[in-house]
Amino acid sequence: MKGRLLISAAVVSLGMAGMAWSQGNSATAEIEKYREMLGDGNPAELFEMDGEALWATARGPKNASLQKCDLGLGAGVVKGAYAQMPRYFADSDKVEDLESRLMTCMVKLQGFDRAELSKKPFGTANYKSDMEALVAYVVGQSRGMPMAVPTAHPKEKAAFELGKQIFFYRAGPYDFSCATCHAMTDARIRMQDLPDLTSPAGSQRAYTSWPAYRVSQSLFRSFQWRLNDCFRQQRFPEPTYASESTIALTSYLATMANGATYQGPGIKR
Amino acid sequence: MKAKLMMGGVLALASTCLFAAGSESVVAARLKTDFHTKGIAKVERLDQDPVQILCSTPDLDSVPQAQQFALEKQQRAEIKYPADGKYLGDWKKGEILAQDGRGNTWSDTPETPIGGNCYNCHRISPQEISFGTIGPSLYQYGKKKGYTEARQKEAYGRIYNSKAFNLCAPMPRFGHVGALTEAQIKDLVALLLDPESPVNK
Ligand code: HEC
Repeated sequence: MKGRLLISAAVVSLGMAGMAWSQGNSATAEIEKYREMLGDGNPAELFEMDGEALWATARGPKNASLQKCDLGLGAGVVKGAYAQMPRYFADSDKVEDLESRLMTCMVKLQGFDRAELSKKPFGTANYKSDMEALVAYVVGQSRGMPMAVPTAHPKEKAAFELGKQIFFYRAGPYDFSCATCHAMTDARIRMQDLPDLTSPAGSQRAYTSWPAYRVSQSLFRSFQWRLNDCFRQQRFPEPTYASESTIALTSYLATMANGATYQGPGIKR
Repeated sequence: MKAKLMMGGVLALASTCLFAAGSESVVAARLKTDFHTKGIAKVERLDQDPVQILCSTPDLDSVPQAQQFALEKQQRAEIKYPADGKYLGDWKKGEILAQDGRGNTWSDTPETPIGGNCYNCHRISPQEISFGTIGPSLYQYGKKKGYTEARQKEAYGRIYNSKAFNLCAPMPRFGHVGALTEAQIKDLVALLLDPESPVNK
């Protein structure tokens, strides 16, 4: 672990800066090369470690840790929980994705304010997001596990259906929906490969490689961030963080990925 | 606006979407609750016109073709062709515009020039090797299709409003929504159909 991290740090600092994007190769091919250079190390491990420490730290007005947080498999069970999310939670009577659920726990156990928590969920070069560190830790604990998002509860079914409608919802100045960019096999925007998220193979590959460390930003990114940035490219207004719509869309994509092995956190362009 | 709504109502009956009491679908209402205006990306962008409503159907094969053709016809009727009857602008300006993928996102400002976004989806000039593949290759467009005025007019119409010819195409309606001006569309037509353009070399 320690050795790997040292290598990671060294490679990241040399990393992409020195690497010319060779002509004719898609961005995916370049990232493959970068992955090979790293061996099995992933800079996301640094965020996982931060998150693990945060999880166990007493914080907030109630000065409590998150160690009693129920991510769906029982209070305090982190191992494998992400591979079975989003899911219905009886205590909130809602389908929640990981980020919504973490906020629910931070409110209930630690006394934080939900509105306050959703104000700045995404990190920047000068701002470290606690949420993204917690996400890194939790998803890392599902690495290698099969995706098994539950679909039996009526609210889980409803979330999937709503998510599907949102995926195909065309609007805005360019008439884009998610499907405009993500319903074709082997399509690209410029040199960036676009997964076909309407096919099991495409959605499995994409979904199980997020959340991810983004080399171009040197930041760890959550799935809510991924959706947020695609809505930006779609020329939509901004989705409210962890809103019902974003959770439903995640339910749709996660359920489509069922059966695949969760590989994250990934490394992305 | 009134006509739009009426049209929407008709389509709503025909499509399989779940519609709430009013004219708005459940999904549209949900999105309007869950999204907010950011910068130039106003929440009103979630309002759909009849084309967008119809083309949001997940299984497009289930939509009767007659309905699609009727809307295409209506879109064609709204195309404003240049009053001077000239379609060919400056291919050099067209190439710059085709390269530009900026504009219209919430991280853009009202001053951000709006690009043509063409290379995002199409191969065009052979010198540019970073091109997308969502749309067909346009390399040698004129060489293959011919340089006639009819071809120029067709290309102008397709850039102005692709949906007038293929209702649920992925391509934006650049002229219809005012993203590109008449002069800009002419420059793009020249990029495709000027014999001197690198596209046709
Ligand atoms: C205008 C085109 C466009 C639209 C519309 C769009 N995306 Fe994307 N999407 C991209 C691009 C380009 C990437 C490649 C990621 C990158 O490097 O930025 C991507 C990446 C992704 C990924 C990660 C794939 C991977 O393997 O890393 C997911 C998941 C995704 N999009 C989901 C969506 C969803 C859901 C929507 C609808 C809200 C959507 N996208 C709308 C262009 C788009």
